[in-house]
Amino acid sequence: MRLYVDSAKCSGCNACRVACSINLFGENNPKKAAIVIEPHFPAPGVYGVKVCTQCGDCAAVCPTEAIKQNEKGAYYVDFAECNLCEACVPECPEGVMFVRTELANAAWKCDLCGDCVAVCGTSALWIAEKELVAA
Amino acid sequence: MNGYGGQILRVDLTNGKITKEPTPAELVRDFIGGRGFGAYFLFKEVPKGANPLGAANKLIISSGPFSGLLIPGAGKCDFTTKSPLTGGYASASMGGHFTAEMKYAGLDSIILEGLSSKPVYLFIDDDKVELRDAADLWGKGTIAVEKHFREKLGEEFQVAVIGPGGENGVPYACINHDYGRQAGRGGVGTVMGVKKVKAIVIHGTKSIPVADLAAYRKAGMAIYKACKDAEGLKEWTRYGTTVVTSWCDEVGALPTRNFSAGSFEGGKGIYGQTMREKIVITDKGCFGCPSPCGKYSRSKKYNINVEGPEYETIGLMGANLGIDDIEAVARANLLCDDLGIDTISTGNAIGWAMECYEKGILTKKDTGGLDLKFGNIEATFELIGKIARREGLGALLAEGVKKASQKVGKGSEKFAIHVKGMEQSAYATHNATAMLLAYMTCDVGAHHNRSWAITYDLQVGRDKVVPEKVARVIWLQNFRPMFDVLGGCRLQWVELGIDRTLYEPALEAITGVHRTWEDLEKVGERIWNLTRMYWARENEGFGRQWDMPSPRFYEEPPKTGATKGQITRFEDVNTLLDMYYEQRGWTADGLPKPETVERLGLAELVA
Repeated sequence: MRLYVDSAKCSGCNACRVACSINLFGENNPKKAAIVIEPHFPAPGVYGVKVCTQCGDCAAVCPTEAIKQNEKGAYYVDFAECNLCEACVPECPEGVMFVRTELANAAWKCDLCGDCVAVCGTSALWIAEKELVAA
Repeated sequence: MNGYGGQILRVDLTNGKITKEPTPAELVRDFIGGRGFGAYFLFKEVPKGANPLGAANKLIISSGPFSGLLIPGAGKCDFTTKSPLTGGYASASMGGHFTAEMKYAGLDSIILEGLSSKPVYLFIDDDKVELRDAADLWGKGTIAVEKHFREKLGEEFQVAVIGPGGENGVPYACINHDYGRQAGRGGVGTVMGVKKVKAIVIHGTKSIPVADLAAYRKAGMAIYKACKDAEGLKEWTRYGTTVVTSWCDEVGALPTRNFSAGSFEGGKGIYGQTMREKIVITDKGCFGCPSPCGKYSRSKKYNINVEGPEYETIGLMGANLGIDDIEAVARANLLCDDLGIDTISTGNAIGWAMECYEKGILTKKDTGGLDLKFGNIEATFELIGKIARREGLGALLAEGVKKASQKVGKGSEKFAIHVKGMEQSAYATHNATAMLLAYMTCDVGAHHNRSWAITYDLQVGRDKVVPEKVARVIWLQNFRPMFDVLGGCRLQWVELGIDRTLYEPALEAITGVHRTWEDLEKVGERIWNLTRMYWARENEGFGRQWDMPSPRFYEEPPKTGATKGQITRFEDVNTLLDMYYEQRGWTADGLPKPETVERLGLAELVA
């Protein structure tokens, strides 16, 4: 399973990112979310959204094996084992592996909790099997 | 403080002093946030008789306890000041992402005080707050300035910016944000302009504390679920506020040719359906909104991108000017946004001028050669620029329709469509007595957002003048603006029919304080009365006469359209006010009685 996005449907509201920060950190802080929304305004006037594909490239390079798989098969960061080496960040093909030491003392990424999908009013986000390209 | 940023930021532009103070607990208790904070600070801190354009006036920008949290539409920001347009209370609500960023920077209010001697912008990055030189940005359009900051500082920064209209003192200048969101009404941008603050840029990385995270998450998610399950979600999101254009046209509420009628023969050209098919490219939401009404559009004809137009702009820049081309409305919208002037007041001013021209009250000599007939698109574009620059006829129209018509005279006062000097928003009220009363008594002037009562008129009989109708208007005035206090959006309740009690557990989990809607409505009533007393304090002789609508709605029945031949009787206008004052606990001249002031806990504040 993985998260999918149709950027054309995104309205840039950021509800997904608040929900994400609550799930990952128990905090209201979209700067600590694992989804990226890039507004492209005034032209062309669209949002570009980046989400984790659960490819596992981050886990493959993690020297402390802090990036593990949960019961859904999603890779997540075990905060206690992350040493902030940042090896994972450049490996992420989508740019959704985060280390921001001013915000958190561990790396973070999408753990496929699904809360972002639950709050997305425009159905821009969904979770499906990795093989499928559309819901 | 749970649910709050926790601090009030004050910026004294006269001496550059920047201070912070903790958000007072009693302020939170009595006024909650947003528009409530604004009303309190305005009444308490801006001295009686202050010149709106002088050093004593303040611009108070406030978030609410919902702002920046997992609550649908929690992106509403309140801007309060003494209005340079009306001389009374001004409070404008702006959507987008600015208010959320304030909370992440730990701020509940930003209060701009004094006057800067040179152009500056306010830079806020968490605890770093600085006034910086803006000489290079002065004179530039809002779009270019926002783009400049986003490229320079990155997309995590939010930007609020004024345009040339605000710099030049047009009294209905607005504040722009996110390429198309505005604090539009009453001249909040004018006050920012006279203070020489070109922009506020803000970035925050703090987490907002809540009282009970699990309960809040559950309650917030429940409101999102209700929105997503709502039957009307798809239709509403497809069209946003423009969905009402065709309905207004059908029922005679679409302001047409300076409100002389309520139906427009060219209406189809500007309907929401037409707009969606022809120009909309993206749905653009405020912070946390599952039902985004913002429509981002591209006009090929004019080679422009613009957020909107939304219904009010379509009404005032379309039908009200006799313009039936949605792409022309979109261009007029962008011109106003970029120049930083309110589309509603601007559309009224141009509509009034067009009527003057067609009646021979203004001639080509006055218009600088413009053939200012209704429907003249190019003349409209040109006049928008002239208003923002206060040039030629634009200088007259930049005064607002009340003052402009007083200057021109010749009966033009009768078709200057305003209440208290604020131009009427886009509902024609020839025969819609609840909506008419809503405009007459609205706390900022003729604006619809406090009490959108027009559907109620159609439900119960549009010409009926009964206490129940008045009670409905009052209830809406107490209840609806509470969303502006909470920092949230009312449209999920209005348009999707979300059960409003769903918000109660969310508010309690966020703030740790149990409040029912009954409690909140009492706060709404407190704010309503406080701002009424503000009007009275600032304007000698304030009373019933100030609540009178444009004579157009009781003297001139439309000659065409759905409301052809229909009019509100003058005695009904007065009966509406009698009932309203009585139910409000006000005197026959419309001032809160001492016992009302006492009951609402305002005695000490207004003493």
